[in-house]
Amino acid sequence: MKLDPHPESWIYPDGQGLYCAPGRFHIDPHRPVERAVVTHGHGDHARPGNARVLATGETVEIMKVRYGEEAGGDLQALPLGEPLTVNDVSVRLAPAGHVLGSAQVVIEHRGQRVVVSGDYKRRRDPTCAGFEPVKCDLFVTEATFGLPVFRHEPDETAMSRLVGSVAANPERCHLVGVYGLGKCQRVIALLREAGYDRPIWLHGALIALCELYERLGVPLGDLRPVMGADKSELAGQIVMAPPGAVRDRWSRRLPDPVSVFASGWMRVRQRARQRGVELPLVLSDHADWDELVQTIDDVEAGEIWVTHGREDALVHHIGTIGRIGRALALIGREDEDD
Amino acid sequence: MHVFAELLDRLAFSPSRNAKLRLMRDYFRSVPDPDRGWALAILAGGLDLKLQVRKAITELMAPRVDPELFRLSRDYVGDTAETVALLWPQADVDAEPPSLSEIVADLDGADAARLTMLLERWLDRLDATGRWALLKLVTGGLRVGVSARLAKTAAANLKPVDVAEVEELWHGIAAPYRELFAWLEDRAEKPDISNRLVFRPLMLAHPLEEGELARLEPGEFSAEWKWDGIRVQLASKAGEVRLFSRTGDEVTGAFPEFGDEIWGDVVLDGELLVVRDGVLAPFNDLQQRLNRKTVSKKMRADYPAHIRLYDILSRGGEDLRSLPLDSRREGLVEWHREHQPGRADLSSLVAFDSFDALERVWSGTRENGIEGLMIKRRASPYLAGRPKGHWYKWKRAPLTVDTVLMYAQRGSGKRSSYYSDFTFGAWREGGDEGAILVPVGKAYFGFTDEELLALDKWVRSNTTERFGPVRAVAPGLVLEVAFDSVHASKRHKSGVAMRFPRIHRIRWDKPAGEADRLETLVAMIEG
Repeated sequence: MKLDPHPESWIYPDGQGLYCAPGRFHIDPHRPVERAVVTHGHGDHARPGNARVLATGETVEIMKVRYGEEAGGDLQALPLGEPLTVNDVSVRLAPAGHVLGSAQVVIEHRGQRVVVSGDYKRRRDPTCAGFEPVKCDLFVTEATFGLPVFRHEPDETAMSRLVGSVAANPERCHLVGVYGLGKCQRVIALLREAGYDRPIWLHGALIALCELYERLGVPLGDLRPVMGADKSELAGQIVMAPPGAVRDRWSRRLPDPVSVFASGWMRVRQRARQRGVELPLVLSDHADWDELVQTIDDVEAGEIWVTHGREDALVHHIGTIGRIGRALALIGREDEDD
Repeated sequence: MHVFAELLDRLAFSPSRNAKLRLMRDYFRSVPDPDRGWALAILAGGLDLKLQVRKAITELMAPRVDPELFRLSRDYVGDTAETVALLWPQADVDAEPPSLSEIVADLDGADAARLTMLLERWLDRLDATGRWALLKLVTGGLRVGVSARLAKTAAANLKPVDVAEVEELWHGIAAPYRELFAWLEDRAEKPDISNRLVFRPLMLAHPLEEGELARLEPGEFSAEWKWDGIRVQLASKAGEVRLFSRTGDEVTGAFPEFGDEIWGDVVLDGELLVVRDGVLAPFNDLQQRLNRKTVSKKMRADYPAHIRLYDILSRGGEDLRSLPLDSRREGLVEWHREHQPGRADLSSLVAFDSFDALERVWSGTRENGIEGLMIKRRASPYLAGRPKGHWYKWKRAPLTVDTVLMYAQRGSGKRSSYYSDFTFGAWREGGDEGAILVPVGKAYFGFTDEELLALDKWVRSNTTERFGPVRAVAPGLVLEVAFDSVHASKRHKSGVAMRFPRIHRIRWDKPAGEADRLETLVAMIEG
């Protein structure tokens, strides 16, 4: 079915990011703009210095913690599901299930509906609202794990492997490399669900966002800073740190750490071995291949734009099911955890 | 299969030797016969299936995965077996996975059509890790960082006994090694292999320490050259000949020429060398013959293999290992005189009155193919392993060269937060640009823990470029590198390859511009 007018006449990438012309706003611009709609708080989506920002209340709080005064001029919180007229379009935010506060942007204009999903996943996450598929004419999807080799393991499997390894190595500490927003808190929450109630030790860079999560109603249990802890105290414990710190001098303060990394990339052995990971956990905040395919079915869009990731395979798949797929190059996007 | 797949998976991600040993020992302890025996055979390289499955895989994947998606996935993953393991649609999660023994038994004698059918059935019943392990198993080349010796050590740790005892049994027993495990678990006597042609663990020497000669009595020792080849053991009985490496791996297939000789009933210890028309060739020539399963006629003619004999371990079924070295030497000479083998000669003794005289011989020798001297106690029996106080190796003084640090790479395991693998270079004329550095070698030991900290710090503060785990550094640090010898090499940009390079001294004091030139190294090439 051919759309008329084609949405690309009113929503398209420009030098700053994806631009909605009748709404006069950008979605996740990579350079400061007049008005930005921000899907979630990760650094490659939420950048500082926009004059006006529209996002969920949680995302606004995350941006304030990360950027302080630089977070943006006017920060407007829009609750999930509440429609708002922005110039000539109607905007509403739908949960994306990626991290706390993450949202899809649902835009309606002249009888057409466009959904820009941002980053998303479909499985349950105790730290944020679950993804809600919204039927639309044009769906903009990510493709971080856009190859059929990517299938994340069940969360319970990953957690029982981690807890099992901790029990089997009482003299070593487990150093879990995690992204500071989302993955860190999700792994902690999953550990708590798995019955792990001992203290979890944090690298200094992870503390502020964990505190914010708790303030926003996500309980994380007993968290303690690694700084100041005795080396012997950390044997048999779980320590979390940003990926960069895991293989750096910082980790020398830990007792014979088992290097753990939780990421969708861990599905591919060579990737895990290159990083020197001893215990790879295939756990991601991005949709795996099956979830991407499922979502494209669910939203029933006739046309799908594919951004950052392995676009080729997903665009090929969209073609084979008789829909229109297009790779959309947006600069400034990063691979998860790379 | 599930437990074995888990084991392979854990082994692949565990960098430490002790962790690997523990994983394998626990596996052998908890898994019953015959599965654990097949696992041991696979880990120790004794069940090298090397099946051709490319065609089977193509046939099986076609109806399951879009060919374009398969191609893109294969490009990304970089390994066909792993790609198939990841892409295979989970068929029947409740089906009983095949056991290791079932797989080994069914593969025996399977033709191409049956192989395809078997693979399909098994892949359907396994999870992703199981599928990966299965495909690695049938195609050969597990690459989980376990040597044959490490696998045997893990088995020996069950009792525990020294790995030498398992190695001695190894070629006299067969997979799935029920009798071996029965003995290791104290349920049976040690397997009797007296009638079989097996490997006897070698006797090894200690490096001679500074000042140690002064404490030894010259009259109690004999000396001989230490030849620069590969230590081997040749065992022969009833017309059959087997050749083993120092770790007990059988290498008979790579050196078929020894099967053409008459050796009698004997076990000999010696150095494998390439000898052309009576002249010893450089180590590089021997390298052409190593790590091959089969060998062409041309290879045999161009690089003729030869054994220089050090010792005799048994003759006519009689074990001579408890006899003193002098008596064994007499036996060896006598055996050699009787058999006159064309491809083996005696390693001659070096006569000496005093260690001072011997030292003059030692320091004056830079002859091709000689690594140094061996000093052996005349009264020593032939003991497995590296017993103290019997044999000493007195390697000739290493060569050294001053090089400039060029690249540093992160280590692995405990060293993963340190830049501990160093690539160093020598100066060469670079035309218009003046002198340029060309990499001449790589070393990751020879320094103390304290020096490593200092090197790591220097690398971090002198980095000019990063390539993943590797950093390029500014040419500002001189490393004095020690090495045993240097050879011409077409594979290296510099045209030279060092043997056993190690960091000898860090020359914090020396300006990089005063480091050695490539010509200095080239001039040290022998042969």
